[in-house]
Amino acid sequence: MELIYLCIPLAPLLGAIAAGLFGKQLGRTNSHRITILGVSIALILSILVAFDTIGEGHTYNGAVYTWAVIKDFRFEIGFLIDNLSAMMMLVVSFVSLMVHIYTIGYLHDDSGYQRFFSYISLFTFSMLMLVMSNNFMQLFFGWEAVGLVSYLLIGFWFKKETAIFANMKAFIVNRIGDFGFLLGIGGILAFCGSLDYAEVFAKINELTGQTISILPGISWQASSFIALLLFIGAMGKSAQIPLHVWLPDSMEGPTPISALIHAATMVTAGIFMVARMSPIFELSDTALNFIMVIGATTAFLMGLLGIVQNDIKRVVAYSTLSQLGYMTAALGASAYSASVFHLMTHAFFKALLFLAAGSVIIAMHHEQDIRKMGGLKKYLPITYWACLVGSLALIGFPGFAGFFSKDLIIEAIQQSQLGAARYAYPLVLLGVFVTAFYSFRMFFLVFHGKERFIASSDKHGGQHTLPHESPWTITLPLILLVIPSIFAGYLLDPMVVGDFFHEAIYVNDAAHSFDPNLNSSLSQHLAVQTISEEFHGAFNFILHGISQWPFILAMMGLSLAAYIYLYNDSLAKWGYKKLHWLYNLLDHKYYADDFNQTVFAKGSIYLGKGLSVFGERILIDGFMVNGTAKAVAWSASVMRHLQTGYLYDYAFVMFGGLVLALSWFLFF
Amino acid sequence: MFDLPILSLLIWLPILGGLGVILFGRHLDSRLFALGITIISFFISLILLVQFNSASAEMQFQEKLTWVSSFNINYHLGVDGFSVPLIVLNSLITILVVIAAWEVIHYRITQYLAAFLVMEGIVNGVFMALDAVLFYILFEAMLIPLFLIIGIWGGKRRVYATLKFFLYTFFGSVFLLISLIYLYQVGGSFSITDMQKLPLAILPQTLIFLSFLLAFGVKIPMWPVHTWLPDAHVEAPTGGSVILAAITLKVGAYALIRLALPIVPDAAANLSSLVIFLSLTAVVYIGFVALVQQDMKKLIAYSSIAHMGFVTLGFFIIYQLNKDTSTAILAIQGGMVQMVSHGFISAALFLCIGILYDRMHTRDINAYGGVANKMPQFSAFFVLFAMANTGLPGTSGFVGEFFVILASFKANVWLAFLAATTLIIGAAYTLWLVKRVIFGEIKNAEVAQLTDISQREFGLLTILAAAVLFFGLWPEPVTDLMGASIEHLLTQALQTKCGGKMLGDCL
Repeated sequence: MELIYLCIPLAPLLGAIAAGLFGKQLGRTNSHRITILGVSIALILSILVAFDTIGEGHTYNGAVYTWAVIKDFRFEIGFLIDNLSAMMMLVVSFVSLMVHIYTIGYLHDDSGYQRFFSYISLFTFSMLMLVMSNNFMQLFFGWEAVGLVSYLLIGFWFKKETAIFANMKAFIVNRIGDFGFLLGIGGILAFCGSLDYAEVFAKINELTGQTISILPGISWQASSFIALLLFIGAMGKSAQIPLHVWLPDSMEGPTPISALIHAATMVTAGIFMVARMSPIFELSDTALNFIMVIGATTAFLMGLLGIVQNDIKRVVAYSTLSQLGYMTAALGASAYSASVFHLMTHAFFKALLFLAAGSVIIAMHHEQDIRKMGGLKKYLPITYWACLVGSLALIGFPGFAGFFSKDLIIEAIQQSQLGAARYAYPLVLLGVFVTAFYSFRMFFLVFHGKERFIASSDKHGGQHTLPHESPWTITLPLILLVIPSIFAGYLLDPMVVGDFFHEAIYVNDAAHSFDPNLNSSLSQHLAVQTISEEFHGAFNFILHGISQWPFILAMMGLSLAAYIYLYNDSLAKWGYKKLHWLYNLLDHKYYADDFNQTVFAKGSIYLGKGLSVFGERILIDGFMVNGTAKAVAWSASVMRHLQTGYLYDYAFVMFGGLVLALSWFLFF
Repeated sequence: MFDLPILSLLIWLPILGGLGVILFGRHLDSRLFALGITIISFFISLILLVQFNSASAEMQFQEKLTWVSSFNINYHLGVDGFSVPLIVLNSLITILVVIAAWEVIHYRITQYLAAFLVMEGIVNGVFMALDAVLFYILFEAMLIPLFLIIGIWGGKRRVYATLKFFLYTFFGSVFLLISLIYLYQVGGSFSITDMQKLPLAILPQTLIFLSFLLAFGVKIPMWPVHTWLPDAHVEAPTGGSVILAAITLKVGAYALIRLALPIVPDAAANLSSLVIFLSLTAVVYIGFVALVQQDMKKLIAYSSIAHMGFVTLGFFIIYQLNKDTSTAILAIQGGMVQMVSHGFISAALFLCIGILYDRMHTRDINAYGGVANKMPQFSAFFVLFAMANTGLPGTSGFVGEFFVILASFKANVWLAFLAATTLIIGAAYTLWLVKRVIFGEIKNAEVAQLTDISQREFGLLTILAAAVLFFGLWPEPVTDLMGASIEHLLTQALQTKCGGKMLGDCL
C-alpha cells in the first residue's frame, strides 16, 4: 500500500517535469497525454485507496523519508491516510483530471500549452502532498507550493499587466496568511516538541492552562493564540475577510485554473487544515468564535458583491468567496464534518460552474461581460444545462448537492452555543437569498433574454458567425461534473450521518453542547448529531428542507432574479437610483483594494524610501561613515601643521618626548 | 592518499595555481588552466567531505608546523563540521566564477582568474586556521584579491567602493588584532583551541566581544555597518559579486562561531540582546530598503544583508532559550544552513543579473520589462531563484529561516514575529523585481534584441538550481555534517568562563 500512496503524488509530478522540461521535444499532444496519464494514475490509485480506507477501514500513518533530524526534533516527509485525506485525494484528482481534459479544448491555440499542463500537474502534486501530509512541515510545504503554482498560473499570460499584478498580489497576500501559519507552527513545536500530527494531537491537552506572554503583564492562552495564528493561514489561503482581496483578481488567470485552483481545491486548503487541526481548535472557544464571525461576515459581504459584478468569472469568484465563508463559519460552529462535506460538494458544482463559464467565454470569443451576452440557451445547450445544474446546486435547491451540505451548515450554526452564532446565523441565512439572486441574475443574463452579443462581436472580428457549442473535450468534463453536482449530496448519509470522519476529526462535545452529560467521545457536532438522529433517509431530509427558511429564502432570491432579468428590470433601475451609495460601496468592493493600495503598498514604499534616505544615506553613510572619514581627514590636516619640515621643530619635539619618557621612568 | 596534507593542498593548490596562471598565462589557455585547478580543488574538497567523520566534534585532518617559535605561532590547520561545508561551498563557487568569466572578461583575463584562485586558497585557509595569527593574516589577506577584483575590473565608482570597503573592514580589523594579542598575553598561546579554554573576567570578555562583533559584523555585514556592501556589489564585476555574497559574507559569521561564542561566552550571553536587535533590524529595516532599490544589484545586496540577519539571529538566540539545548541546536543549525543556502541563492541571483548586464549593460530595473518573452529559459531559472530567495519550502532558502523562526518562537513570540515578517517583505521585494524585469510586454528595443542563455550559462544555473532544490528537499546531509560540532560548540558557548554561578552572571 505504501508504494501506492507514494505513486499518487509522484505520477502527476513526473508528468509535470516531463511537460515542463521537455515540452518542446514532446510537442503539444504528447505533453497533454503524459500529464493526463499522470493525473489518471493518481485518480485510479486514489479510488483504490478510498476503497481500502473508507471501505475496509484501513488507515495509514508513516514516514517516506527523514528530512532532517536536529537532536530531539525529527522532521519527516510522510503520509497520513484516513477518511478525510482519502476523500480530499478523490476530489483533487477527479477535478484535476476534468480540468486537464478541458484544457485541451480551452487552450487549444495558446503558445504556452505545454507550460500550462506542466503547471496544473505540478499543482496536483502539491495539493496531494498537502492533503496527504502527516505533519505540519509537509503541510506547509504543500501550502506554499500550491501558492507558487497559483502565482505561476494567475500570471500565465505574463504579458498582461493586470495578470502579473494580480499574481504578485495573490502571492503576497497569501504570504501574510502564511506568516501567521508559520508562527502557529512555531507555537506547536515550542509547546508540543514535535510537528507530527499524531504526536502533537496526543499531547494537545497539555496546552490547556499554558500561557504565552504577549506583553509584560499580559498573557494569552497558548491554545487560543496558536489556534488563531494557524487560522490566519487559513484566512489567507481560503480568502477570508480581510485577506480575501487576492481571489477576485486571480480571475486574470485562464478559466481552467480558476475552476481547479481558485474554486475547487486550493482555496479549500484552509478549510481542510482547520478540520485536520480540530483537536487544537476545540481547545479554544475564542478561536472558534473568531472563526465563525470571520466566516459569516465573508459569506454575506462577498455574496453581496456578486450582485454588482458584470464579468461572468467574477460573479462566480465572489460566489466562491461567499461559499468559503459558509465553510469557515461551519468550522467555527465545530461542525467540521458539515464543512468538509460542503467543501466536497462545492468542489464539484463550483468547478462545473467555472468550466461552464469558460465554455461561454470561448463561444463569445473571450468576451466576459454578461451584459453583452443573453439568449445563449439555444446555441449552447450542453453548457446551458450544465450551468443550470451548477446554479441549482449552488443555491441549495432541494435534491441537488449543495442543498444537503448548506442546510447542514446553517442548522449547525443555528444550534451552536458560541456567542458568535447569534451574529453568524442571520448572516448565513440572508446569504442564501443573496446567493440565489446573484446566481440566477447571471444565469438569466447569459442564457435567456435578448441576444445582446451580435453587435459586440461585430466590433471585434466583423464576422457574423453565431456562437456554437464547444468541442467534446470541453463538454465531456461538464457532463462528468454534472453527475456529482447532483448526487454527491446523497453521500450525506454515509459521510456525515455515518460518523465518517470519526477518526480524523475531533469535537469537544462537553464544551459545546447543551447537555454536558452527552456522550463526548463522538466526533460529531451537536447539530450534526441531532440531524443524524432524526435522519430518515435523503428523501425525508428533502421534505423537511422544503419547509425551512433557507429554501424559502433561496426561492425568493431566484424569483426576484427571474422577475427583474426576465420580465421587468425597472426594479433594478429603481434600486440603482435609490441605493446609489450602496451600489458605489459594492462597486468599489468596500474600498478594500483602495485601502490596501494606499496604506500598505504605498506606505511600504514610502517607508522604504524614507529609510534609504534618512537611515542609509544621511545617518549611516553621511554621519557615521563619511563623518569618520572627515574626522580622520580633519585630524590629518591638523597633524600636517606639525610637519613643518624644520629640523629644530622636530628636535624640540623629540627633546620634549625624551623628558616625558624619562620622568615616567623616574617617578612611576 | 591518507597521508597527503589535504588541508594544505586546499590552500596552496589554488594559490600556486593562481601564480601559475600569471606566469604561464601567455603560453597556454589560462581559462582552461584555472578551470582545471578549481576542479581539482573541488575534488579534493569532496575527498575531505567523504573522509570527514561527522560523528566526531574533534578537529580533524590536523596539520601543525612551527612558524614563529619565539611567539609560539604555528601553522596549525584543522577542520570540523563548521568548516567542511563552507570549504566545499567555496571550492564549488570558485569553479562557477571561473566559468562565468569565460566569454565575458576580456581585459587582463589571466590576472582576473589568478585573483579568484588566490582568493579561494586564502578563504579555505580562513576556514581551517586553528592559530589566531594565521587566522588573522588570512582573514586580512582575503581582502587583497577582492580589492583588486573590484578595483581593476569594477565599474565607474570602483575607487569609492573599494576605499569604503577598505576603511570599513580595516576599522574592524584593528580591534580584532588587539583582542587576539591580549588573549595571547593572558593565555600565552595563539592557539584558538587554547583561547577557547581560557578563563576570562567579564570586563575583558565584553571588550573582546565588542571588538569581535565590530570586526566580524562588518564582514557579515550587520546593520549598521553594512553600507559598504551595496556599493561594493554595484561596482564589482559579476564574479566579484558572486564571491562577495556567497563566500566573503560567510567568513564573518564563521568567525563568530569559531571565536566569539566559545572564547567569550559570558559577554556573548550578556550582549545577545544587542546582536538579536541588530539582526532583526537587518531583517525588517533592510527589507524595506531593498523594496525601493532601482539597481538590481543593490536590491539583491540588501536582500543578502536581510538574509544574513537570520544567521546572526540563529547564533545568538541560543542565549535566550533557558538552556534548552535541542532548540539551541536547531537555531545554530538554522544559521549554518542559511549560510550554505545563501551561498547558492545569492550566487545564482548575481549570476543572473550578470547575464542580463552582459547583454544590456545596465542594472537599472526600469530599463527592463518583459524579459520572459525573449529569454524563457533564463526566466524560468530566475523565477526559481527568486522563489528560493523568498524562502519557499522545497528550496534551500526555506530550511534555515524555518529553523531560526521555530527556535525564536521558543525564546520569545515577538522575536519570531519580527523574524517571520521576512515571509512578507522578502516576497514583496523579490516578486516586485520579478514582475518588473521578467514579466510584462517587451519594454523597449534593447529588450527585444535579447538572446536566451547560452549552454555555458545554462550549465552554471543548472548546477546552482540543483543544489538549491536538493538541499531544500533533503537538508539532512548538511545538518548531519554539523550536528556533532554544534553540540560541542554549545558546551563551550553555554558554559561560563568568568567563574560565576551561571552564564553571564560574573559578579
